Amino acid sequence: MHIHRLEKIWLAIGVAMLFVFLGVIGVGAFAMGMQPPTGHHTIDPEKVSETYPFNNPGLEQVGENEYNAYMIAYAFGFKPAKMEVPLGAKVHFQVTSPDVVHGFQITGTTVNLMAVPGEVNHYTYTFDKPGEYLVLCNEYCGAGHEFMATTIIVK
Amino acid sequence: MTATVMQASAADNKRPFDGKDAKLVLAHLLVAFTALLLGGVAGVLQGLVRGGMIELPSEIGYYQILTAHGVLMALIFTTFFIIGFLYAGVSKTMGGKLLGVVSRMGWAGYVLMTVGTILGTIMILANEATVLYTFYAPLKANPFFYIALVFVVVGSWISGYGIFTQYRYWRRTHKGSVSPLFGFMAVATMLVWQIATIGVAITVLFQFIPWSFGWVEKINIMISRTLFWYFGHPLVYFWLMPAYMCWYICIPKIIGGKIFSDSMARLSFVLFILFSIPVGFHHQLMEPGIAPVWKYIQVVLTFMVVIPSLMTAFAMFATFEQTGRAKGARGLFGWLKTLPWGDVRFFAPFMGMLVFIPAGAGGIINASNQMNAMVHNTLWVTGHFHLTVATTVALTFFGVAYWLIPHVLGKQLTPRMNRLGIIQTIIWLIGMFFMSGSMHTVGLFGSPRRTAYTTYGDHPDAVFWMPYHVAMAIGGTILFIGVILMFCNMIALMRAPKGDEKTAAEFPIGETADAAEPTPKWIERWGVWVGVLVVLILFAYTVPFGDMLVNPAPGSKPWVTW
Ligand code: HEM
Ligand SMILES: [Cu+2]
Ligand SMILES: [Cu+2]
Repeated sequence: MHIHRLEKIWLAIGVAMLFVFLGVIGVGAFAMGMQPPTGHHTIDPEKVSETYPFNNPGLEQVGENEYNAYMIAYAFGFKPAKMEVPLGAKVHFQVTSPDVVHGFQITGTTVNLMAVPGEVNHYTYTFDKPGEYLVLCNEYCGAGHEFMATTIIVK
Repeated sequence: MTATVMQASAADNKRPFDGKDAKLVLAHLLVAFTALLLGGVAGVLQGLVRGGMIELPSEIGYYQILTAHGVLMALIFTTFFIIGFLYAGVSKTMGGKLLGVVSRMGWAGYVLMTVGTILGTIMILANEATVLYTFYAPLKANPFFYIALVFVVVGSWISGYGIFTQYRYWRRTHKGSVSPLFGFMAVATMLVWQIATIGVAITVLFQFIPWSFGWVEKINIMISRTLFWYFGHPLVYFWLMPAYMCWYICIPKIIGGKIFSDSMARLSFVLFILFSIPVGFHHQLMEPGIAPVWKYIQVVLTFMVVIPSLMTAFAMFATFEQTGRAKGARGLFGWLKTLPWGDVRFFAPFMGMLVFIPAGAGGIINASNQMNAMVHNTLWVTGHFHLTVATTVALTFFGVAYWLIPHVLGKQLTPRMNRLGIIQTIIWLIGMFFMSGSMHTVGLFGSPRRTAYTTYGDHPDAVFWMPYHVAMAIGGTILFIGVILMFCNMIALMRAPKGDEKTAAEFPIGETADAAEPTPKWIERWGVWVGVLVVLILFAYTVPFGDMLVNPAPGSKPWVTW
């Protein structure tokens, strides 16, 4: 089977670029810790509000300006309804849902995770800028989906 | 006999199409374009609602029409058009007419799919299935919505078996020769479809239906999502491969050139089969329950489609340049001028190709593991697939319709219809520029997809998005005009004047360039390709999916939240 000389060059350049690119993503993810949200940590969706730590949603200090944020995304809102985070805080989000699938997106940040019933999702973000951040659900969850939002105040 | 001899000759292209097969093809196109029209009505309403320009009457919900739009456009318009197109080409290039049994399978598939479409649409209109076209558990639709999906999928399977049957018959009766390129590619496309739909069939039959009837109490969400996305990504290749068939096989003929390389065209389709399936996790990058390393492995596999995509791009531009030079074009880009810009059969698919360049670049961003967080579930994604499927694929299909409908009916593509086609294409491009452009931009700013009008209590971020939503609505309105024109064009094509041997629209099937070598036989060893694919699927899914099965998260009860 004959491959045109120019096509070989074209494919070689393309494949080389591809592997450089995949290398960059891989190094970013595994060596520099820029992982997508993850975690395999199960929970009974019917017992979310009785199960630690979601029986007491909100911030919990775990270090110097470092916090765990336990959040419940439910139809149609978030618990806790309002949260204040100190400026510069490193926040480890843990998010789950007691009913259907929801999204957990904080606009203007890289926080964007799926809240899946039965699982707890994890993501870490450092709030370097003060402000009132919009938290919204970005996965369709029912008739009130567009009302499902809250804010996080960073100061 | 060599492959080149077996390609249809110019006289074959003009030969009248079998009258019985024409009915089957037209029946499919009619449903496809009706779905496009109804889906277009839903689409423009969505745009206007999100732009804050209208409010829906209280009996209709935003998410109800969004479900209708997704189902009618992404599932019904595409699948019916594809099966109609593939049957037409299979009839044309593999024997001149469908075998009796193949024709019966085509009709059986058609009837099942149509029944499923009607049943599904009724469920959506009755507000019994406002679950969007991805029907994520634990949202629970009326069980008959899932049964409607089963009808559509099983119907498409039977139609696929019909194509396999005709292909096998052709090879049995042409021992030693390489199959026609159209037949080969039709089989490849249907093979992707058969293997991909296994995932959605398992989740619908074994999870959704028993659970929605109440026979079992709970459903495992991550398992259902993983099975869905095992299907969801190859679904997009099921749309793209028929568009590539038009580009590889029909476009060379339309521009008066030759297929650049028959073997490379086939090889690219084999690679599409291999790398379109074991990659569903790139839709689940933001989800828990899947280890990061498996996400990354599937990201790497996802990016392997770059290789056949680059091959396709090379073949297209090589054909354009070769044809131009054969016509005497000079200079580096002189061949551009020799392309038939005024011929809608070329213009519409070519514009689709051009749009695929930014669309593909956007796709690279979406699939880039951690980078997905910037765009996941924002309007960026909606903007992305309105370029890929709703422009690249749709414009190619429209371009095909302009010759396919008159050809099967023995009619002409008149200069007037051609002009209307060019206008339709331009309207589509303008509308999409505004709609998809603003979706991409506002998506990067964070505006979520699948969300009715809201300013989130006038939060400044959301207020800032509004002008883009207005631009989106304007683009959507222009597109809607394009949909109406396309529907009218389709009707007009059916009523075009009869043609004779000279004037009737031809079925453009390209011949291979003289310099291209005969196609190697191993390219048709389907067993080998399926074997390699199974190994890849097992590699990509066994450990992570096995983990979901062995350590299942607690299941969910059904929810009806609309
Ligand atoms: C008149 C032309 C069209 C208009 C005005 C239009 C408009 C829209 C809008 C505004 C949305 C986003 C709604 C939201 O996320 O809230 C949408 C979603 C969508 N569109 Fe279109 N569209 C058109 C044509 C098409 C075509 C031709 C296809 C495919 C062949 C298509 C496939 C989809 C799909 C799959 C979705 C996602 C549905 C979902 O998120 O569940 N659209 N469309
Ligand atoms: Cu929601
Ligand atoms: Cu995909």
